[in-house]
Formats: sequence, C-alpha cells, structure tokens
Amino acid sequence: MKYSIFSLARAALSGHKNWQRTWRDATPKDRYDVVIIGGGGHGLATAWFLASEYGVRNVAVLEKGWIGSGNAGRNTTIIRSNYGLPGNTGFYELSMKLWERMEQDLNYNSMVSQRGVINLYHSDAQRDAYARRGNTMRINGIDAELLDLAAVKKMMPFLNFDNARFPVQGGLLQRRGGTARHDAVVWGYAHAASGLGVDIIQNCEVTGFVRDANGKVTGVETSRGRIGAGKVGMAVAGSSSRVADMAGLRLPIESHVLQAFVSEAIKPLIPNVMTFGAGHFYVSQSDKGGLVFGGDIDGYNSYAQRGNMPVMEDVCEGGMALMPMIGRVRLLRQWGGIMDMSMDGSPIIDKTPVDGLYLNAGWCYGGFKATPGSGFVFAHLLARDTPHEEAARFRLDRFRTGAMIDEKGQGAQPNLH
Amino acid sequence: MRIVCPFCGERELGEFTYLGDAKPVRPAADAGEDAVFDYVYLRDNIAGVMNENWYHGGGCRAWLKVTRNTLTHEISAVEPAPGAGAAKVDA
Ligand SMILES: Cc1cc2nc3c(=O)[nH]c(=O)nc-3n(C[C@H](O)[C@H](O)[C@H](O)COP(=O)(O)OP(=O)(O)OC[C@H]3O[C@@H](n4cnc5c(N)ncnc54)[C@H](O)[C@@H]3O)c2cc1C
Ligand SMILES: [Zn+2]
Repeated sequence: MKYSIFSLARAALSGHKNWQRTWRDATPKDRYDVVIIGGGGHGLATAWFLASEYGVRNVAVLEKGWIGSGNAGRNTTIIRSNYGLPGNTGFYELSMKLWERMEQDLNYNSMVSQRGVINLYHSDAQRDAYARRGNTMRINGIDAELLDLAAVKKMMPFLNFDNARFPVQGGLLQRRGGTARHDAVVWGYAHAASGLGVDIIQNCEVTGFVRDANGKVTGVETSRGRIGAGKVGMAVAGSSSRVADMAGLRLPIESHVLQAFVSEAIKPLIPNVMTFGAGHFYVSQSDKGGLVFGGDIDGYNSYAQRGNMPVMEDVCEGGMALMPMIGRVRLLRQWGGIMDMSMDGSPIIDKTPVDGLYLNAGWCYGGFKATPGSGFVFAHLLARDTPHEEAARFRLDRFRTGAMIDEKGQGAQPNLH
Repeated sequence: MRIVCPFCGERELGEFTYLGDAKPVRPAADAGEDAVFDYVYLRDNIAGVMNENWYHGGGCRAWLKVTRNTLTHEISAVEPAPGAGAAKVDA
C-alpha cells in the first residue's frame, strides 16, 4: 500500500473506516538469508536497508513483544549530529542526512521536525568546550552556531536569566537537529520493509542459537520454533548481554535504566530542543503540547524498565533552575527504558568472534538519533561482510586495543556516560 | 528503592553511590593483558540476583555489599564490605 494525497483523502472521506494494515504480520519460514533479532528502530531499519539498498530481501525481523515495545517507543525523540570525535562525527551526520529524506524514502510520515537543538553553557570553560565542538562540526561540514547571551535571550526569553549560580551565558545551536515521532519511525520502517518482502514476526522471542559442528551460527531457537539463517544480526538494545550470553559471549556492556517524563499539555512554549549544561536536563515540547524531558540514568544495573525517585528529583530540579515557571505544570507520565551502556559510551557494530553472528549494540541513551544510520551501516556489514566506512571505528575489540571513542572522557565507567 | 544500612538503618537511595558488580577482582600486577582487559571492560551484566558494591556517603560512609535483583530492584541482603569504613567496627 502506498500513501498519497488521494489515499489520505479517500480514507478521510470514507469515515476513516478503510485504512489498510501497514505491514504484514508474517509467520516464520524455515529459513532466511538474514535473521535480525530485535524489532526496534535499529532492527527494522537494518531490514529495510538490506532490502532497499543491498538487495537482500529474504530477511526476517524477530521481536519478542510487539515492534517498538523497547527503547524505540520509550525515548525522548531527540535527533542531532553534534558529536566531536572521529568515528562519531561522520556516523551521526550520515544518520542526520538519512533523517532528512526518511519520509520520502519510506513513504511514511515520521514527523521529522528540524526545530533545532541548543546546548546551553553557563561558564567560560563550557563555552570554550562548545566552541571547540562547534568548530569540529563545521570542519566536517555539519551546521553549528555558537550563540551569545543576547541571541539566546531572543530565542528563549522565558529562561531564568537571573540564576546567580548557573547563569546562562549562551549556547551551541544545531539548527538541523530536532525531534521525530518515535513510534512512527518504527511503523514507517516496518511499512516500507514489509512492502519489499521482509517478514516482521512479532511475539517471537529468540531463546538460543543453532550452531554447526564448527560453531558457526546457522539459525535461532525461538518461542515459535527453530528458524534457519545464513547470518544472524542482533539489535536488541538493553538486552544485548542476555542475547550474547546465549552464544557464549561476554560484552563490555552494562544495562542501566533511563527515565523520561511528560507533562500535561500546555500552549506552545519551547521552540526547540534545549539542554541545561549546568546539570543534566533536556526538554522539548511535543506537537500535542506536553513537555517531554529527561536527564541522567539512574546509575546502577537494572533490567526493571522503571526508575527511582532520586533521579526524578534531580531532573525536576534541573528543569526548575532553567524555567521556574514549569513548577506550576503537572507531571502526566513517567517511565523507564533499559539501555546497554558501553564502556566508552559509544556503539559497537561488528562481526562477533562467533561465525555468522553480528552485533549492533552499546547505544547507551543516544541511539534514537542513530536509527537510520545504524540500520544503513549494519545492513552494509551484514550484506558485504566489511564495515561501512562511517562505522569502521565501532569495533568490538577497541577496548582491548585501546582505540576507544570516549566522547565524554569518563573511562570505563558506563554509569557515568 | 531503599537500602537498609547495617549501621544506620533504612535510608533512601539518594544517600548511596553505586560502585558496580562486586564480583570482578583486580588481577595481580603480572596477570597479563587478557586478565586486565577482562577485569576493566567485560561484565556479566546479570539479569537477576547480583552482588554489588555501594557506598553510604550520605550516612556512615561505610562500603556495603548489597544483594539485589536487577529485574525487580528487590534487595535481599546488605552486609558491611569487609575491611572498609565503619565495617571495621565489627572486625
Ligand atoms: C527514556 C529514554 C530516552 C531516550 N532518549 C533518546 C533521545 O532523545 N535521543 C536518542 O538519540 N536516543 C534516546 N534514547 C536511546 C534510544 O532510545 C536507544 O538507544 C535506541 O532506541 C536503541 O535502539 P532500538 O530502537 O533498536 O532498541 P529497542 O527499541 O529497545 O529494540 C530492541 C528490541 O529487541 C527486542 N528483544 C530483546 N531481546 C529479544 C529476544 N531475545 N528475542 C527477540 N526480541 C528481543 C526488544 O523487545 C526490543 O523491542 C533514549 C532511551 C530511553 C530509554
Ligand atoms: Zn550507613
């Protein structure tokens, strides 16, 4: 099915009763060329690019719950490409460029909104760090603007500029950054991939790997039976260690919970995505009017998909320091998602030491913006058996060789990234 | 989540700092690269009951060994970590 102005009009005029299903709910076949574990944004994007870009169409995506029930449907929807280190800079910009054409590519409205992302700074040292990051971006052909106080005041007059402890001095702005409707991203990839013949199989949990006499992975055991595979790609976000364990692999990853919050709807207030540089708080306003915000991870290993009070308090304090008037706004909902925190805060996209098994993991709390880029480069790796040039540094052995990509400079402390 | 400190009693989570899985043991100086790589970077990342190190910085400043279920946040045991802080009182 293809969406067009006529199909939308037809559906509207017939009382919205004739919408067709947007992807096929497939039953598993005996064997696929590529099986992808995990029906989040990354798994579905991988399937789409395998089919559309690399011509591999005998593909299945296996999802233990429903597609988008993981972090793809739990994140705060921010997309940006304001990274400073080699490896990250090019990759996130590749992803940003794919966001910019996603709706046309997928024939699906994923509500990509380039409303701008601004990181506020509150000290001279922070300004210098942001200036450096902005320069790195511009050298690499990525848009960045360093704003002074007057420019920030003009753009966001509602901030608390009288804060003696954390005075806003300016901000680093990426105008091409913004937000996207996270569920629609999942549905869009499912819609488009399914249209090219990819099987999307929900309620299908992978419970083990099938291996031949040489140890090569030749398929997966699932809650819906055994499925053969030429290659198996893992894109299971917070469950990476658990799934890798079934293949006897230990990863440089810890699972931690990150919370997110939404307020009741208010009139349009925040024009962009904003981060508070003096603490950890970021916020944007959804198209429905709710303030969508979050901050730090809870900081201890967790698979519970729910958080605890101290971080809630800390996040709300950050918001209050920046915009005291939001103290009058009621909190509508709060939830948690499980992220695989890698030991340097950067992702891993690589073949594993187990033949036939490929890994896409370690996205920490920043992998939503990576969704199209991750799918593109992972599909490249699965199809060609060599890393895409923009993901060549996301190696699994970089912790052993010392080639870490530690954007935050925190070392092997995943709870600090 | 609240933690019952053996010295201070039940306290809210904000008083404590997490230091991670209690299982990895620092390898001997001559243990070799593999052992160091394993210790610094690889994790069991258990989904279930795990022994962890926590520090009660907002209270008695003792190091604690906490047994906690990472799937439910349920805490089944808290003991002083041997040899540190207030734990020495009992030693
Ligand atoms: C609260 C929160 C806020 C965030 N905010 C942002 C943000 O603003 N910007 C940003 O860039 N990133 C953000 N992130 C991070 C981002 O959401 C993730 O990095 C990204 O979504 C991970 O990729 P994914 O979408 O494929 O993962 P998921 O959607 O989690 O997909 C993994 C899927 O694998 C499935 N699975 C697991 N085990 C199995 C199995 N054994 N068999 C079959 N299926 C299995 C799961 O059910 C899940 O659906 C946020 C995360 C959270 C939790
Ligand atoms: Zn105590």
